[in-house]
Amino acid sequence: MTTLATQIVSTAQPEAIRIEGLHKSFGTLEVLKGVNLTARQGDVVAIIGGSGSGKSTMLRCINFLETPTSGRIVIGGEEVALRPDGTPANRKQIEHLRQSLGMVFQQFNLWSHKTVLENLIEVPVHVLGTPKAQAIDRARALLARVGLAEKADVYPAFMSGGQQQRAAIARALAIEPRAMLFDEPTSALDPELVGEVLGVIRDLAAEGRTMILVTHEMKFAREVASHVIYLHNGVIEEEGPPETLFGNPQSDRLKQFLQTVG
Amino acid sequence: MLEALVEAFPTLSLLAWEPPGWGANLIRGLVNSIQIALGAYALGLLIGTAGAFGKLHGGPVTRDLLAIYTTVVRAVPELVLILILYFAVTDLVNQGLVAMGYARVQISGVAAGIAVLGVVQGAYSVEVIRGAILAVPAGQLEAAKAMGMPPMKAALRITLPLMLANAIPGLANLWLIATKDTALLAIVGFAELTLQTRQAASSTKAFLTFFLAAGVLYLCITLLSGVVFGRIEKWARRGQRGSGAGQ
Repeated sequence: MTTLATQIVSTAQPEAIRIEGLHKSFGTLEVLKGVNLTARQGDVVAIIGGSGSGKSTMLRCINFLETPTSGRIVIGGEEVALRPDGTPANRKQIEHLRQSLGMVFQQFNLWSHKTVLENLIEVPVHVLGTPKAQAIDRARALLARVGLAEKADVYPAFMSGGQQQRAAIARALAIEPRAMLFDEPTSALDPELVGEVLGVIRDLAAEGRTMILVTHEMKFAREVASHVIYLHNGVIEEEGPPETLFGNPQSDRLKQFLQTVG
Repeated sequence: MLEALVEAFPTLSLLAWEPPGWGANLIRGLVNSIQIALGAYALGLLIGTAGAFGKLHGGPVTRDLLAIYTTVVRAVPELVLILILYFAVTDLVNQGLVAMGYARVQISGVAAGIAVLGVVQGAYSVEVIRGAILAVPAGQLEAAKAMGMPPMKAALRITLPLMLANAIPGLANLWLIATKDTALLAIVGFAELTLQTRQAASSTKAFLTFFLAAGVLYLCITLLSGVVFGRIEKWARRGQRGSGAGQ
C-alpha cells in the first residue's frame, strides 16, 4: 500500500491551484459554503451547475476578483496571505499571482480603445516589462494560433463575438500564465460562433495547459475535462472524472440537472 | 473693398492696430483672456480628475470634503466667488505674510485669475468626469485587474482614456464657459478682452463697433474650439462603432 501511494504521488504533476474551505457571502447571502478544489498541472477542471450555484464566484475567488469570506487559496504552492476578515493582506502578492492566471470573461472585456494587437501587448509591455518588439512578435504568433492573424490592427467592436473571445483568449495567453481561468466563455455568443471558441479551448487542453473552466456546455466539459465539479447552492454536490459524473451520476440533483440541460 | 467699408462706417478705423486705433489693445486683451482660460481649464481638469477619483474611491472624509467643495462652488454665483477669492484670498495671503514678518506681495492678475476660475472649473469638472468614469463598462477595468495591473496604472491606461470619450461633450462645454468667464475678471480690474473693450468703447464712444468686435473675437474662439474638440472626440472615440465622431 505504501509503495503504491508513493508511486501515485511521485507520478502526479505538481499542484497548480488549491482551494480549501472556501466560503463567500454577499451580505447575508452565502454563495459558497466551504468548497475545495485541487488542480494539478495539466488538469482541466470543469465547474458545472445551475445559475446561482456559485460557480462563477468560485472561479473569481481564485484570482481575488471576489474576496473570499474565509478559506485558503494556494496558487503554485504560494498561499495567498489573508487578513482575518478575508481580504488580501498584500496587494503586490495578489497582483503577482494574477499575472500568472489568464482570465477569460463571458463578455470578452477586450479594451475597446485598443486594437487587438494593443490588447495583447498591453500587460506584457506595460506591467511585466517585456520589450515591445518581443511582445509584438509573441502577440502575432498567438493571434495566428487562434486564427486572427489578419485582425491585429482591428478594434474589438468591429469583430464578431467569436472573434473577440478568441482574441481575449490570446490576450490571456500573452502573459504566459501558469493556468487559465474561463468564466462561461461561450455564454454570450450566438450559437453558430460557439464552435470556433470551443475549438481554441480544446487545443489548449490538448497541449496540456492547466485550466479551470466554468461552463454550460456539458458535451464540451465531458470531452475536455479531466475532472468535473458539480456545484449546487454553494456546495460541491458531486465531483469526479467526466465519464463517471456524466455517465453514472449519483445524486438526484445532478441527474435532474443533466436532464434539464440535456 | 476694405476702404469702402471704412468710408461707410468710419468708426471701423478705430479698430486699427496702431494708435489712435485700439486693435492692439483688443488683441492684448484676447491673449490675456485665452491665457487665463487655458490655465484655469487645465487647473480645473486636474482638480476634476483627482476629485472624481476621490469621490468614487476616497474615504468618507475625502468624499465629504469634495461634496462640500462641489456644492458650495456650484451654488455661489461666479461673480461673487471671484470677488471673495480674489480680494479675500489676496488679503489673507498678505496678512499671513505680514504676520510671519514678510513684506506684502502684489499677486499677479494672471495667477489670481487662473486660480479663481480654476477652482470654479474644477467643481464642475469633478462631476463631468465622475459621470464619465461611471459610464465606463466595469468589465474593462476588471480585465486589467484580473491580469495584475496595479490600480494607478489601470486608472491611467484604461479608465482615463475610456472615460475621455464620455467626458468630451461636457468638457467642451466647460472650456467654452471658461473662455467667457474670463470676462468676469474685468470686475477685479484685470485687463482681459472685455475690460479692454469697455475702455476702448468709453474712450471713443464707439460702443457698437467695439462690442461687436469683441463679440466676433469670442465667436472665433468658440468656432476654433469646436474644431479642436471635434478632433479630440474623434480620437477619444477610436474603436467605437457608430459613434457620432465616426471611425
